[in-house]
Amino acid sequence: MPRPKTGKRMTKEDIRESKETMKRLFKLLFKTYPLHFSGMLVCIIISVLANVQGTMFLQPLINNYIQPMLDSGSTDFGPLLAAITRVACFYAIGIVAAFVQALIMAYATQGMLMKLRNQLFEHMESLPIRYFDTHAHGDIMSVYTNDIDALRQMISQSIPQMINSTFTIVAVLISMIMLNIPLTILTLAMVGVMLFITSKLAAQSGRYFVKQQNDLGTVNGNIEEMMNGQKVVKVFNHEEESVQKFEELNDKLYDSAYNANKFANVLMPVNAQIGNISYVLSAVVGGVLALTGFGGFTIGGLASFLTFNKSFNMPINQVSQQLNFVVMAMAGAKRIFALIDEDPETDDGYVTLVNAKEENGQLIEVEEHTGTWAWKHFHQADGTTTYQKLEGNVQFADVDFGYNPDKVVLHNIEMYAEPGQKIAFVGATGAGKTTITNLINRFYDVEDGRIRYDGININKIKKADLRRSLGIVLQDTHLFTGTVEENIKYGKLNATHEEVVAAAKLANADVFIRHLPQGYDTVLTGDGANLSQGQRQLLAIARAAIADPPVLILDEATSSIDTRTEKIVQDGMDKLMSGRTTFVIAHRLSTIRNADCIMVLDQGRIIERGNHEELIKEGGKYYQLYTGKIVNA
Amino acid sequence: MIKTILGQVKQYKTAAILTPLFMLLEVAMEMIIPRMMGRIVDDGVYAGDMNFIIREGAFMVVAAGVGLFAGIMGGKYGAMASAGLARNLRDAQFKKIQTYSFSNIDKFSSSSLITRLTTDVTNVQNAFQMLLRMGTRAPASLVVAMTMSAIISPKLSLIYLVAVLFLFAFILILLPIARKMFDQVFKKYDALNESVQENVTNVRVVKAYVREENEKEKFKFASKNIYQMFIRIERIMAAVMPIMMGTVYVCILLISWNGAREIIYGDLKTGELMSMLTYCMNILMSLMMLAMVFIMVTMSIASMQRITEVLSEDPSITNPENPVMEVKDGSIDFNHMSFAYGEATDEDSYVLNDIDLHIKSGETIGILGGTGSSKTSLVNLISRLYDVSKGSIMVGGVDVRDYDVKTLRDKVSVVLQKNVLFSGTIYENLRWGDKTATDEEVQYAAKLACADEFIERFPDGYNTYIEQGGTNVSGGQRQRLCIARALLKKPKILILDDSTSAVDTATDAKIRKAFREEIPGTTKLIIAQRISSIQDADRILVLDDGRINGFGTHEELLENNEIYRDVYESQTGGGNGDFDEKGDEE
Repeated sequence: MPRPKTGKRMTKEDIRESKETMKRLFKLLFKTYPLHFSGMLVCIIISVLANVQGTMFLQPLINNYIQPMLDSGSTDFGPLLAAITRVACFYAIGIVAAFVQALIMAYATQGMLMKLRNQLFEHMESLPIRYFDTHAHGDIMSVYTNDIDALRQMISQSIPQMINSTFTIVAVLISMIMLNIPLTILTLAMVGVMLFITSKLAAQSGRYFVKQQNDLGTVNGNIEEMMNGQKVVKVFNHEEESVQKFEELNDKLYDSAYNANKFANVLMPVNAQIGNISYVLSAVVGGVLALTGFGGFTIGGLASFLTFNKSFNMPINQVSQQLNFVVMAMAGAKRIFALIDEDPETDDGYVTLVNAKEENGQLIEVEEHTGTWAWKHFHQADGTTTYQKLEGNVQFADVDFGYNPDKVVLHNIEMYAEPGQKIAFVGATGAGKTTITNLINRFYDVEDGRIRYDGININKIKKADLRRSLGIVLQDTHLFTGTVEENIKYGKLNATHEEVVAAAKLANADVFIRHLPQGYDTVLTGDGANLSQGQRQLLAIARAAIADPPVLILDEATSSIDTRTEKIVQDGMDKLMSGRTTFVIAHRLSTIRNADCIMVLDQGRIIERGNHEELIKEGGKYYQLYTGKIVNA
Repeated sequence: MIKTILGQVKQYKTAAILTPLFMLLEVAMEMIIPRMMGRIVDDGVYAGDMNFIIREGAFMVVAAGVGLFAGIMGGKYGAMASAGLARNLRDAQFKKIQTYSFSNIDKFSSSSLITRLTTDVTNVQNAFQMLLRMGTRAPASLVVAMTMSAIISPKLSLIYLVAVLFLFAFILILLPIARKMFDQVFKKYDALNESVQENVTNVRVVKAYVREENEKEKFKFASKNIYQMFIRIERIMAAVMPIMMGTVYVCILLISWNGAREIIYGDLKTGELMSMLTYCMNILMSLMMLAMVFIMVTMSIASMQRITEVLSEDPSITNPENPVMEVKDGSIDFNHMSFAYGEATDEDSYVLNDIDLHIKSGETIGILGGTGSSKTSLVNLISRLYDVSKGSIMVGGVDVRDYDVKTLRDKVSVVLQKNVLFSGTIYENLRWGDKTATDEEVQYAAKLACADEFIERFPDGYNTYIEQGGTNVSGGQRQRLCIARALLKKPKILILDDSTSAVDTATDAKIRKAFREEIPGTTKLIIAQRISSIQDADRILVLDDGRINGFGTHEELLENNEIYRDVYESQTGGGNGDFDEKGDEE
């Protein structure tokens, strides 16, 4: 599988992109929660100030209170008590501010994440099938888990921390400048050295973190593949080989994980010691300045300056520690935005499907379900609305289609299905059978040619209404977490229990459902893993039956049901199919032999058509497919 | 459990021991340096002694150098030890799982094994690194800071002691609450992930039934749940920092007040008060670190447990002591055999009941039966994927439990119903059957399985890359590749478990013809739904509800077996349906 380039240095393009992402993220944050963010800023400023005045208290404590008392020998603690009470008040305000800030951030962060999650999901639901067919499912999943998680880290911790540090840095910097400019420049120079080394280390560490992330992906991918195929591994005695391959990948992961963590771990001590060296340099240079009395710099001033020097390095250290989180969050945000920016399914349809009843030969739109459906057609030109009864007439006119522009899989498909007819598709795997059904419900759009539904070009029908009129049972049965009843109701959300049972009986699923521990209330998990493939297909048929659609598409709907059960299901299926236009894909003869028309597909072209008897008489591909007899052409 | 996990440190033991030592050295430097700073101010700056500043400064630079070295080494070895432990844990689990039998795998399920190998290992790795580095640093600096303050002023240090005990108690009360809430949040997360996962895999169903709005509602509900849970947690967590800060502030104020009094009364010096206050920060930071270590370690306990479960699971199928290393022929004997998954508690729990069946080497046996009639269970016993509960199964006249498992499985080749291909080229995939096979041999096997026709149509032929799970080939193609892979083993017994269900009838017939002509000596067991796939078998077994319902030739069964006749008629359409039969008059 092609993976993103690993271990490459960030290019200018990457940095520009990260900046864009960052901008967008902040805009989103401030726009969604302007009050929260201003509140947070105020709280941070208050708590920084409270904290700074606390650190500053030591100096006046000694100079203004203790020293005078020592000098005068007084034991009047009144002024001292008052000062301490004042400081205590400041502290209390600082604590309240910190608490409020944490609360505000909790609501803002969680609210933001919920919004993003919902936006992601809503957008994902609108994406075309093509998106899901071309993106690894694991990658889509990790947007919701890893990427959102990285964002949480950043919003709730990194951002407040960095804002806090920035304020502290500014406050301390101003105090330092006021004390002595040359020493400030010296301190800043050391900070420059620190930042330079930090950026070098962070770049190394970031490089390996990206590599680690990729290697982890590869190892996890391998684990997933091998665990899912573990039974095959056993059957083929392939244990040693799979261990060997795994160890190779595992070693690579160790290497990148080791390096990534090494550089990240080293960052803190390096910065701390550079800070210490900065302190010594300031002491020496400041000592010289003070002793020579340069610019009126005093010894007391130097002592204060050294305190500031110390408290200057800490926030810088904290910021640099947050950098890795920010890098990871940006990568995550990039993927989140990429999904949100993905083009949704286009739907220019305006013809809708409504319930109708016939009165005096006229179709009238009604609210309630009548069993009669009509296409509601609004004509832009003269502003009139006409109704047309849904009959189930489907017509393909010279349809070409390819999943990729350079590979056409369907050529010149011409097909006509009269209302109520049963049309079957047969052909070898890969002949294009499923593709045809993908086009009818517009999972994919035709490239060339037209599909008409009751004479209406399907591009003009609203997708939701088009699909609502088509019942479909797919080759791979998928069920949802929930009870059996809920799964059947998926076809018709407001169905009653009686309707559910009736649909289950029609599909011959009732018997096995009753045998389940909790009957219709049995909870299915993990795509119905506790059911056999055949049972799942029966449920899928029941689900389609309850929807009661005018047109049915059955794509290998009974392939995993054993023939004895199928025979029983067949009656139900026949009932289900009667009066409906049905498209059937099957390789089992019994399923298709009574079709009104059988289309034989070969490499994307219809090569034979006719009913069973006609095709057998023809002695062509159909005859060959179903007799196993090779025809000598 | 801890022993099992720590046992996996292995070659990284030195790193794991060096890390805390270097951390201690770093802490020592960290404690010395503030004292040097103090002296630079007190004895250098205030005394105006430039030489002292330079001398002490030089010492401090040396100390910083030592601290730097210790810090770098500690960071390096910490990373090595934890990344190494993670590597070993993954490796050990992976290797262990290779020894698992089918029932072991069933017990854990693939998805849970994946979590244990991935997320759980990462959790333990992070906790271990935290423990090695912060776990030494925090208590060490806490102890040093407490001791130093006790030396300076035993009375004032009592304030710290009370504060530390208070915060400890606070953390201890908070931890279990937080843990419980996090557990709940993770469960809600699972529900959310499930919702996403379902929508990604079931997207066709969602769209076909136009249920997007419905799904959005479901998702929003799950999403809101997480929001509420997190808000509840964060409301509690929001109190943590202020309480910690508050404690520190109270300490500062108390020490300032009492310290000032003591200074006035002459019990304490000004410089000492300054030192006392600097230790305050140290104590607070250490406590916070400790709390973090606690949280990480407790959170990783569940992960450690899950990993330990994998490592201590006993494989339920192991080699006998003096295994038989050769399979003589392909005869199979089921001797009054019964089988249950797990412990058989009563008659009903047997999925196969009293099967007595004797198959000669080279015979072709068709197996037919409804869903749930235990066809798959029956064939899985032959290559000892599971062990029988009662009676025995013999292959080549020897009980399967007496064979070397590898030898047996090499000679009994199963094409599983739920089969998978692996990422890699077609050549690589097929060579699973025989890694020494030449290109010609692989192509021959593909030809027998009728896979050659479509493989050769691929632009890259046999070098076509198969994506994970074989998603870029169709179901029928996948089945034929799996058959070819099984054929490459040149087995004595070949078992096809519904392996041609997605292959069209004509190709299916061609494959069977190839079997008949090219590998006549191999015993073939074919499970199928389609009568045409098995009706030309030497004998056909009809299974019903785990028991033998009929065993005989096509004609015999048609004569005297109701189930068989039923199926036959349903597939050939009764009266007018001599259609399938005609197909076999080759």
